[in-house]
Amino acid sequence: MIEVVAPGPYATVQDLGRPGYGHLGVPRSGAADAPSLRLANRLVGNPEGAAGIELTFGGAVLRFLDGGWAALTGAVCPVALPGGSAGMYAPFWVPAGGELRMGAPATGLRTYVAVRGGVDVPPVLGSRSADSLSGLGPDPLAPGRILPVGPSADLPPITVDAAPPPGDAPGVLRVLPGPRDDWFAPGALSALCAEPYEVSQDSDRVGVRLVGAPLERARSGELPSEGVVAGSLQVPPDGRPIVFLADHPPTGGYPVIAVLTAGGLAAAAQLRPGDRVRFRL
Amino acid sequence: MSPPDGVRIRPAGEHGLLVETGSLEAAHRLDALLRADRPAGVTEIVPGPATVLVVAPGADPDRLRPRLAAAARAARAPGPAAVAPGRLVTVPVVYDGADLDDVAALSGLTAGEVVERHTGRELVVGWLGFAPGFAYLTGLDPVLHVPRLATPRTAVPAGAVAVAGPYSAVYPSASPGGWRLLGRSPTPVWDVAADPPAVLTPGTRVRFRAVAG
Repeated sequence: MIEVVAPGPYATVQDLGRPGYGHLGVPRSGAADAPSLRLANRLVGNPEGAAGIELTFGGAVLRFLDGGWAALTGAVCPVALPGGSAGMYAPFWVPAGGELRMGAPATGLRTYVAVRGGVDVPPVLGSRSADSLSGLGPDPLAPGRILPVGPSADLPPITVDAAPPPGDAPGVLRVLPGPRDDWFAPGALSALCAEPYEVSQDSDRVGVRLVGAPLERARSGELPSEGVVAGSLQVPPDGRPIVFLADHPPTGGYPVIAVLTAGGLAAAAQLRPGDRVRFRL
Repeated sequence: MSPPDGVRIRPAGEHGLLVETGSLEAAHRLDALLRADRPAGVTEIVPGPATVLVVAPGADPDRLRPRLAAAARAARAPGPAAVAPGRLVTVPVVYDGADLDDVAALSGLTAGEVVERHTGRELVVGWLGFAPGFAYLTGLDPVLHVPRLATPRTAVPAGAVAVAGPYSAVYPSASPGGWRLLGRSPTPVWDVAADPPAVLTPGTRVRFRAVAG
């Protein structure tokens, strides 16, 4: 079991979410930067979809009541483990009672903690993810919370010594036009890709709100509600795009001008307020 | 510009295809066809008023496209027994909602007539959104098309039965809400322990029935 001594600014349990329930109004949710959670799980010999902890701006302290293997991926933050040794992007052993301390990342936003056996809170609709939009799944972590850890006896051995940490964050994210690019003025896609946008303070797991050149519509009126995917750049009437992340609503009524590639989506999940980002077709 | 076969399929990222069906009825038929014979790799099928979103991370979009186009053509021009009609669910309602008298005034009816109109037609679940299990019920009597509240309530209880614009709904769980409340249903429409968790799924036919509180 793991005791949350301090969760940092915002921390939640996440796996790969609840696919397949969009038609019932259920967001997919899951790790915002899914490749980072998958990697953290591989480093400790877990299935890629095991539940871990997603930290926002680091700053967490976790006490391992029993000894266990752990790994950290995503935004690189300072790590301390009194009585042991720990670092990012490599599995490490936390002795029983050991306190894993993470500082604030210098760049990036979300750090993932995987523990061998996985965080074993009760699943809801097949997932242990905390969905900030619908409230499904476990509550955000609070001091004193005890997290059970799943069994690890049947897991394969840990075979990876270390994984390369990510390079510099890509300042340019690739988008694919559509599905509703024809709702915008002819120059709107060019405008999207011209000047950088700044990430707004009111960004969260639902979406990254962007401040920059407004995207002009060619059509007024309302779009009938339709299904949307993570990575969609939805454009409300003020013309400022919102990049949908894991907890996005499964349907939306504003036109989506373009959608990030899978790699772009993972990078978008690491954007922090004040960061500047460019888009490229 | 529509392709020659008349079915427009729009890209939605690397793994998504948004099929235009042109109508809600065709969206329901396409949804049913794809669920009955799900193409390999498809993880999400999300119908809307005039579209069906298909997400298939494990499929080649170039091979999925013609399959979806053929299904969409069948959904648009259904044969005699293309797809069976949705199942019928009866939802009991205690008509004691806080906005019943306001809806009556807005629609020029008595409260009793509002209940008669609300129970007098079969509605159909169009699509879900806003919250898990929140179904937009279409086919509401036009007399009951009233605007949303100017100021939404911060808390609407689970089971509240409401109307707004051309739709009716049963709140699946407690949430904020701006729809006008006609009453409450003692039967839950959302249960995360059930499979499926939602009673009201796209295409389900719904009849409201007045019951005593």
